[in-house]
Order: sequence, then C-alpha cells, then structure tokens
Amino acid sequence: MSVTAAAMIEVSALEKRFGSLQAVADLSFSVQAGEIFGLVGPDGAGKTTTLRMLASVMQPDAGSIVIDGIDVLALPEQAKRHVSYMPQRFGLYEDLTVDENIRFYADLFEMPRQVWRERADAMLAAANMTPFRQRLAGLLSGGMKQKLGLVCSLVHTPRVLLLDEPTTGVDPLSRREFWQILYSLRAEGVAMLISTAYLDEAERCDRLALLNAGRVMYCDTPAGLKARMPGAMLEIIAADPRQLLDFVRTLPGVQGVLLVGIGVHVHVDAPQRLSQIEAALATKGMAVTTIALVEPTIEDLFVALLEQASSMEKT
Amino acid sequence: MQNDAQSQIVVDALVKRFGSFAAVDGVSFEVGRGEVMGFIGPNGAGKSTLIRILCGLLRPSAGRALVAGIDVAQDPEGVRRRIGYMSQKFSLYSDMSVVENLRFFGGIYGVSRADIGARLRFAVDMAGLTGREDALVATLAGGWKQRLALGAAILHRPAILFLDEPTSGVDPSSRRRFWELIHTLAQDGVSILVSTHYMDEAEYCHRVALINRGRLIALGTPLELRQHALAGELLAIEGNSLGDVMAQIRQAPGVLDVAMFGSALHALVDQAALRSPELLQLLSSTGRTNVRVHRIEPSLEDSFVHLVSASAAVAGALA
Amino acid sequence: MKWRRVKAIMIKESLQIVRDPRSLMIALLIPLLQMFLLGYGISLDVKQIPLCAFDREGSQASQDLLRRFSASPYFSLQGQATSYAEVDRSLDNGRCRVAIVIPTGFSKDLNNTGQGVVQALLDATDTNTASLAAGYASAVIASYSAQVQLESIQRRGGSVQTLTPVEVRARVWFNEDLVSRNFIIPGVVALVMAIVGSQLSSLTIAREWERGTMELLVSTPIQPLELMLGKLLPYFLIGMVDACICLALAVFWFEVPFRGTLPALFFTTGLFLTVVLCIGYYVSVSIRSQVGASQVALLLTMLPTTLLSGFSFPIDQMPAAVQAVTYIVSGRYYVTILKALFLKGAPWGELLLPICCLALYAGAMVLLAARAFRKTLD
Repeated sequence: MSVTAAAMIEVSALEKRFGSLQAVADLSFSVQAGEIFGLVGPDGAGKTTTLRMLASVMQPDAGSIVIDGIDVLALPEQAKRHVSYMPQRFGLYEDLTVDENIRFYADLFEMPRQVWRERADAMLAAANMTPFRQRLAGLLSGGMKQKLGLVCSLVHTPRVLLLDEPTTGVDPLSRREFWQILYSLRAEGVAMLISTAYLDEAERCDRLALLNAGRVMYCDTPAGLKARMPGAMLEIIAADPRQLLDFVRTLPGVQGVLLVGIGVHVHVDAPQRLSQIEAALATKGMAVTTIALVEPTIEDLFVALLEQASSMEKT
Repeated sequence: MQNDAQSQIVVDALVKRFGSFAAVDGVSFEVGRGEVMGFIGPNGAGKSTLIRILCGLLRPSAGRALVAGIDVAQDPEGVRRRIGYMSQKFSLYSDMSVVENLRFFGGIYGVSRADIGARLRFAVDMAGLTGREDALVATLAGGWKQRLALGAAILHRPAILFLDEPTSGVDPSSRRRFWELIHTLAQDGVSILVSTHYMDEAEYCHRVALINRGRLIALGTPLELRQHALAGELLAIEGNSLGDVMAQIRQAPGVLDVAMFGSALHALVDQAALRSPELLQLLSSTGRTNVRVHRIEPSLEDSFVHLVSASAAVAGALA
Repeated sequence: MKWRRVKAIMIKESLQIVRDPRSLMIALLIPLLQMFLLGYGISLDVKQIPLCAFDREGSQASQDLLRRFSASPYFSLQGQATSYAEVDRSLDNGRCRVAIVIPTGFSKDLNNTGQGVVQALLDATDTNTASLAAGYASAVIASYSAQVQLESIQRRGGSVQTLTPVEVRARVWFNEDLVSRNFIIPGVVALVMAIVGSQLSSLTIAREWERGTMELLVSTPIQPLELMLGKLLPYFLIGMVDACICLALAVFWFEVPFRGTLPALFFTTGLFLTVVLCIGYYVSVSIRSQVGASQVALLLTMLPTTLLSGFSFPIDQMPAAVQAVTYIVSGRYYVTILKALFLKGAPWGELLLPICCLALYAGAMVLLAARAFRKTLD
C-alpha cells in the first residue's frame, strides 16, 4: 500500500515496560487521514497502553509518535488540541448531565460558543440523544454512555480520534449507530485508531494491525489478511459434531478443528483437502449434512497466524 | 443425576425488579441434560441478574424457577449444593497457589476427603496446569485463570453449571479451548448455561436465547436464529466509494435496508438471487468497474438488531 | 493559563458538590456539630467542687471553718460524714472529690498552742482539678487563719488593721469572667476550618482517579495550575461561608466577645483556609483512594490543630522539643490570632508576626500543591 500523503499518525519503535513486563515492544505503524485503523488483539496485547501513549497520558520508554506533523513526545500539550481520546472506562462525569458534560469539554478546548452549540445539537440529534440532554450521565444506558463519550470527544473537531474498545458490551443497535458516526467522520477526513478485542468488529475497519504481546504481528486490510491465511477453511455440519471433531482431527492436512454448535470449522492446509475429507467421512460412515469451503473469520485468521508464528519460533 | 426426560432448568415467567426497574421482565425457557444454552445480550440486559436468581443468590419478584427440580425461591441452599457457578471476575484468590485455591473451593463445596485428590488432579489437568500446581494465581495469564476457575466450579461434580461471562478478557485461542472444555462437560451430561455479550459465541452453543432489556427476544438454535430471524436475505456489495451510492441502493426495488460495513455495504433484500444482478447493473451504470455483489450469511448481530427493531415497532404500534 | 478552563472546572466542581450529599454534610453539618459539641462539652472551669466534711469536734470554730467552705463558690458541700469509713466511701465512689477532716482537739489547739491542723483529702485521679482544689482549699483556710489571728490579737488589746502586709488585687484582663468557653470557642473555629478545608479538598483529586474520569481529563490541554485553582476555589468559598456561620454562632449564641475587626478575621481565616486546602489537595494528588486521602489529610490538619496549636493545651507548658514542633503547625498561628481577635482586640501591629508566618506558610503550601500534580497515568 503506497503512501502518497504524509500519514496523520506515525508511530515508530514504540516501547513501554512496567517493571519486568514488556507491555509494548518495537511497535510501528501509521494511520492516514480518513482511515479507520484497528488495533486488534487479546487482553494484555498492549492496545490500551499504546493508545494511552498516543493520547499523551503515559510516557513511552523509547520510540517516537508524530501526529499531524507534531512530535507528541516533545510537544504533548500542543498535540492534545488536535487529538481526542476515549478511554476504555467511561471517562465522563456521572453526576453531570449530558449537556453539562459537553459544555465542560467544549470549555476545556476553548471552543467558540456558537460553534460547539451547533455541533452538539447536530451530533446529539444524529445519535438519537436529544430527549436525554438533561439526564445525568450516570443514568444513561451503556450504549448511550458510549455515544455521549464520542460526542464529547468530537466537540472540538479533532483531526485524530483514539478509541479504546468503545463498543465492548454495548447493544448491537447502539453499536451500529456508533459505527455510523465513525463512517461519517471518515468521510470528513478524520483519522481514527480504534482498539478492539471483538475480532468480528475488526472486519469493519479499513486496515488492521494484529497485536500480540506488545508487538505488531501483521498489518493489512481485512481482505489482505484473509488472503494471507495459510490453507483454507471448511465448514462441516453434522448431527454429531463431537464425534465428527474427534475423527476429522486425525485426518491428514488438518491443522485445527473448532466445534461450532451445529458442526465444525476445519482449518486445512489446502482447499483440495475438501474432497479428501468428504471421502474419508463417507468411508467412515459418518452422516454429514453439508461440507463446504467458507471464508475464514478474523478470529480464525488470528488463531492460525498465532500458531504459525509460534511454530516458526520453535524451528 | 436426574432422569433424562426431565429438564434440568425450568424458568417460567420470571421477573426481578429493583425498585421500579425490571432487570428481568418475564423470562421463560428450559435447559435439558447435557445441553449448552447460551444467553446472549448486551451489558445491562439482565443476564447476570438471571444467573444470580437461578443460583439462589437473589429472590425473584415474580414467576418461578426450578433448578434440578428445586424451586429457587423456596430452597436456595438446596440449589447451591447442586450447581457450579463461575462468576464474571473469576473469584480466585490471587495470593494463593493453584492447588490451595482448589483445596479451598473443594472444602467449601463439601467434596469428600476420599474424592478430593482425584478431583484436584482432574481440575489441574483440565486447566493444563500440571507441573504448576504451586504457582500463585496472580502469576497466571487470563486463559489459565479462566480454566482454573472452571475447574474449581466443578470439583463437586455438579449436574448444572452457570457461567457468567466466562470469556471476557481472554485471548481467542484460550477462548476456543475453553468452549471445547465446556462441550466435553456437556457430553458427560452436565447442563450448562453460559452468558456472554460476544454475539459470535452463540455458534458454540446448542441453543441460544437472545436477551435485551430483561426480555427474551428470541430462542432457538443458532442456525434457526440466523436464518429465520431476518425478514430477507443479506448481500455484500464491494466496490469503491460506496458511501455516495448508498442512498440510490436504498431506493432500488426489493431493497429493505442498507448499512455500511467497513468499506463494503450490506444490503437486506427480499430475494438475493433476483436482486443481486439488478444491483450489479445499478453499480455498473454509475461507472464503477471493480464491483462485486454476493450473498452472505447474516450474523447473529444482524438478527439481534432486526429483532430488537421489530419488537420496538410492535410495542410502538400497540401503544 | 486560561481563565475559561478554570471556570469550567469550577462549575463542574460546584455542580458535583451540590449533588453529593456527603460533601454537603461535611460543609454544613460539621461546623454546627463541632461548635455545639465542643462549645458546650468542653469546660475547663473548675467550680462547685463536691466537698465532704467530717467534723469530729463539732465546735463553734470548726463549724465556722466549714461555713467558709460552703460559702465559697469553688466548693459545694455535699454532706457531713460521721466516720472515716464514710469519708473513704464518698471519695471512692466519686460523690466528693475533696474531704475536709477537722480533728477533735481543733479549737483547744488553736487556743493553747495557737496552731490547729486540718486534714484535707483529695481525689487526684484528675490531677488538674485536684491541684486547683488544693489551692482553693488552702486559700479558704488561709483566710480563716488570718481572721482567727486578727481576733486573737484584738482580744489581747492589740490594734492591727490587717495581717497581710502585701495584698494581691488581681484584675483579669481579656476574659474577665474567666469563662473558659471564651477561649475555647475561637479554638473550635480553627478546628472547624481545619476539618472542613482538609476533608473537602482531600477527596477531590482522589475521587477523579477512583471514578476513572482523571484519565480523560489528563488527555485534554488543562494545565495543573488551572486544575488546582478551579477545584479549590469553590471549597474556599464554602470555607468562608462556614467561617461566617461559626463567627455568628460564637458571637450571638455563645456570647463570646469579639473585639477585633472583621477584615482582619476574614483575611487570616482566608490564609489558614488556603493552607489546609492545599494540604488536602496535595494529599489527594499523592493518594489515589478517597478513603486513604481523607484519613491522611485529617491526620495532617485536625490532629495538629487540636493538640499542638494552643487550642486545648497551652504551648508554653509543653516540653521544649514539642514547642519547637509547634512552629510548623499552621494552626498555632491561626489560633493565636483568633484568640487575640476575639478577646484582646489586638491591633494589626501586634499580630504582624503570626500573620506573616501564616502568609508564608500559605505561600509555601500553594507552591507545593501546584507542583505536585503531574499529567500522567504512571
């Protein structure tokens, strides 16, 4: 992927350790304007730490961060004016109303009154929150709290948005609305860095960085990553998935089998294995409803790539 | 163990109110022997409250719940003796070792002296912690702690297991391993009720109950839910700058709804086979060359959103 | 430094205070409670000491002496005992704290040898009261003694005006009625300021850490000084309101005389409030838990103010080492100033030294607190 314009966020060789734990090691990536970039990885992979360093609430031990041309480590306060951060834990004041919270952040960023009032009106209406403006933030539902967090972070028209697992545990409807807002921001040219442990949410991003143990394992678009997936993915639906799993596991070319309620997902080293496995099942006399090639999910990908990485380490 | 015909968990019009707020609002379902039942819904939907009622930790405001044939409101102690419970935050003591934790929980659940040795070995083995029995729990990573907590919950061989968001904060490989363990247990006849806010974990369950705002909005196998919940079929549309053409597509005949998904569009249509070439035509006419339209399986999240909107519409129509 | 951001923090903080019952309770209830409890509860006056008399003689002379005791405002005659056992019992069970025993040969001795002996038994479990009682008893007996001697000389035909060549005419300044409440109440005002100021400010930063709002705040352009000003100004206002309440109570309810000037009172109160608020703020920054912060803050403000400021125990009676320590207790200067303002009405000149010390202290605390806060999570 060639980069013609300078990236909005440029991170290189970032390091952070907590005592003996290396939370982030040699982390490098870049995010363009008008791009939704996903930091994907399990808990403990270093996503939150990375975002905190970008938001200047934590100091890295080494490396550099440049946001919109500003050296964040040298001029953190200046960078903060163009960056908005939404931490994992709800960071607004529960004993203040929606309006009071918005006004507070507008004042902190010294937004002109007319501008922030109009923006707030528009955003709250788009998020279906207008009737709740006088409600205390603590009394909002989980999904609405996250939307409020987003509105507050957008009041000062940042060019960069940092979101730490913003939709975890949020109801799907609110999640959809939340992403609608993100897509419209994308159209406006905002660069967004969003961390998620939901591997299916990763599919919604433009590009992904798969993180594990503080390092970037792979960085590409979702389609690009799936193309990298070694082998292929089969879905076999059968009456007795358990029995199926035990048997299929033993077959040649099978690298992983996963039980999925109604059947199994099989990770094979080549798509040709489908006919082989079908034959093997028929020989064994196992009743099978369907067997077909399916597109791997990001999670399949993640697990496969992790396994590949660890087996490569061992050799 | 109970006889096969009888359901292990029976819930009938269960209600739990906190003040004027109904956390659980008229929920009914049954779970049979060896069945893995998933409770899926966002935070605040009432999953934890429901599980706590079934464990005898909270009294229901109305309705009835039977666990292993025992009424939870009448005899909560009796219920607790027969079940295993894994709470959201693992509840292990981080300053005690693996085996010390297991011994502690074994003692609390009344596992007999004769049995405890074998059960401890089983739990350690299941968690994959053989050789690390004396390690402090604080030094274990998320996945290990989770399996250990599961082991602690089944020391006394309960017939019914309640797992409250057991997979939060755990890496995907560990998560999968965990679900395999659950299925192994189910194979042995244990009824398992798991709550989670990860929609994709529904696939791992035999049956799934979708919960929103204290109410059951759907109950069935994952396949049933995905196929029948949606009023149409889902198409994925890939191409360049699709945002501009979204409105047009929405107006096209047979298109029920369009939403952005990553750089693609997901369109809900009445008949995929019919509309697919039509939409391809529409896109080509805008001058786009690199387009692709293909049918995709709706995810459980799609079903969830549809069901919630549908029930809201019904409620609105009745009001 | 942007005033708009300071104002934003002030508004937010004020809204939170008003909506938080605990803060309101600290701000309004505690001053009233302290004033009433301590104002009425503590009394260092020693009057009406319960006295028990055992008159073994029962003569004119002994009854005369006992009448002097019962007439004295410092003693309250509880009864006349008829045996030593009864005296013992009365002292044991606390019915009386002093017992006067007049022996059988009292008047005979007085007439013959010119010297009589009276026994005074004191309950010294409370040494303060006991030593005062001993002093008062000696005074009563001394005056009786003088009277007896005078009569004896006059009977022999001598002419003497008085037997005490040097007489002390005591005039009590500042607290003419020697009412202990008058000097306790100003001390209570200092205590209230210390508690209210430190409790409110010690919660403010710790609360943001505990609730998770600090992380978001730190990611904004807010400056540490702006944050401190915005947070402490509302509490400063509350403190001054409390000072008014305490002053009003002191003057109109407890009738403590106030002879100073109001500007002086508010200026010095403002200085002291600044000190305790900054101490509380500093603690709140250092300890990220509300419970911990409030306890430590209390320890650093209320305790020294209670024990080492001269509020309850006079400083010049303390050992030299402890006296040295009191110099760094800000309460010491404030209590000194308060007592002077209430009871002495001292002009500015007199108070210049303690006020300067207090001002220096305030300046130092402001600097300490301002520099303590760092905009980082670790």
